Amino acid sequence: MTELLLSFRLAFLVTAILLVLATPLAYWLAFSNFRAKFLVEAVVALPLVLPPTVLGFYLLIAMGPRGPLGKLWVALFGHTLAFTFTGLVIASVFYSLPFCVQPLVASFEKIDPKLLAASHILGADKEQTFFRIIVPLSVPGVITAAVLTFAHTLGEFGVVLMVGGNLPGATRTVSISIYDHVQSIEYAAANHLALTLLAISFVLLALVYGLNRRVGVRWLSS
Amino acid sequence: MAIELIRSELGVSVRLTRGSFHLDVDFSVPPGITILFGPSGAGKSTLLDCIAGLVAPDEGRIFIANQALVDSAALINIPVQSRHLGYLFQSLALFPHLTAQQNIEYGIARLSSSDRAAAVSEILKLFRLENLASRKPAKLSGGEAQRVALARSLVTNPTALLLDEPLSGLDADLKNSVIADLRAWNAVHEIPILYVTHDRAEVDALGERVITMDRGKIIQQGIPREVLDAPRHQRLAQIAGYENVLEGTVKEIRLDNGVMRVALQGTTTSIEVPLSYAKMGDSVRVAIRAGDILVALERPTGLSARNILHGAIEALEQRSATIICRVNAGAMFEVHVTLGAARDLNLQPGRQVWLVLKTYSCHVVV
Repeated sequence: MTELLLSFRLAFLVTAILLVLATPLAYWLAFSNFRAKFLVEAVVALPLVLPPTVLGFYLLIAMGPRGPLGKLWVALFGHTLAFTFTGLVIASVFYSLPFCVQPLVASFEKIDPKLLAASHILGADKEQTFFRIIVPLSVPGVITAAVLTFAHTLGEFGVVLMVGGNLPGATRTVSISIYDHVQSIEYAAANHLALTLLAISFVLLALVYGLNRRVGVRWLSS
Repeated sequence: MAIELIRSELGVSVRLTRGSFHLDVDFSVPPGITILFGPSGAGKSTLLDCIAGLVAPDEGRIFIANQALVDSAALINIPVQSRHLGYLFQSLALFPHLTAQQNIEYGIARLSSSDRAAAVSEILKLFRLENLASRKPAKLSGGEAQRVALARSLVTNPTALLLDEPLSGLDADLKNSVIADLRAWNAVHEIPILYVTHDRAEVDALGERVITMDRGKIIQQGIPREVLDAPRHQRLAQIAGYENVLEGTVKEIRLDNGVMRVALQGTTTSIEVPLSYAKMGDSVRVAIRAGDILVALERPTGLSARNILHGAIEALEQRSATIICRVNAGAMFEVHVTLGAARDLNLQPGRQVWLVLKTYSCHVVV
């Protein structure tokens, strides 16, 4: 069960961090007229197409004792990032970035620009417009972003293996543990974990999608 | 304490180029309703966007009373949220997640809660919205949504109001009631209201003053009857619904009868038109609405109409409930008749007909 708890803790932390980081990025991607925006979009989407081992490899190098991130971490905290839970969180933030950014961008872009213009004309500045119009109208998008990020982090394997290794209680997540059990031909234990993960994931997704639909409908009527 | 703003004219003098479109206008809007009339693509909405601050003009000045909103020479460009204007879009842009009341309160968040409550209850009452206050926009009818959007703009006490075809979706009765509400409000507040439309009927219903615009320029301004019913500009005649604009030369002036006779170019036909500023031999254009021309199968007698022209139908075309006839009577005329009339008269291409034109249906334009 430690593996399961560890996976959920990781997914929860990554989702929380990404919602904070991805929102301003998504806002910029949705509303900026910056010409080279497409380059940033491409970088954000990279984790979607790269094999997790490629991303994991570079993250491992960066976090290692000679990497920039690793050096900084050693200077600050006295130990490297690789093969720690914190390292895993940082790696997962990169790996799950597009799953958080893209639904947010899509829902920001879907908002009628006339609504934003109307808000400004009524005296609201950009910040007030963001919190009073954009955020409330993006609730379904935010929920989708959170669920996708959570589920994607919960299910990741390659990056975890590269960056975190397989340390019980620190970096051994459910997916690593299942792999371990299968390697050791402990099919019953593997099945037990896999089934639990499957059931929890399904219930979570069903709950959120059901809620999302109802909220979406009620939000704009009555 | 609320600051009493000095209400007075909105002055606009701006130039803007976007690709092949050039906006170049210079006009002022006194308190009251001024219609901005013109075909789509004339630049009306772009002009409103400039005034509201959604689009920055290349150069020029926009001011209300003596306060500059834009003054390119002085590098002044007040941001949208500080201009204190009302702007009603055609789509209304009500916030879908807020109730009617929350929409109305949106622009007065900075007022104290007691001032806000007083302002909201006053405007809800004026626009007969008390029973709809807790409804979201999705649950409002077209007319109700218009009133909420208008109330939302007006509750902020704007120094000027811009309306971009806000009533185009409403039937005539609803339109008139919304307009009456707006007039009632402005009888007290007396701000300049610039009302964009391309609908002739709205110009008649609203008009105190009208500015006509085409291709980014102002063509004419004045009282609607003067400007639209006696168009002096050929392009204006076309956009105001004058399907026939014929070239001609003045060949007879009869001051005693207040009429003159114009020979239509390239024909032996001449028509009698009201007297206007023209000399013998001047080139003029005569604008005639297609719906003002009568069609007869035989030469009519005993009529007051002075112009009876003989011709032949060249083509017929149905457009919704109207039949558009093209008749060659020396010059080509476009004539609109109803479906029933076309059937009863058995109008066919090639058919010989007589066209009847009242003198006062013929407008001399420059």
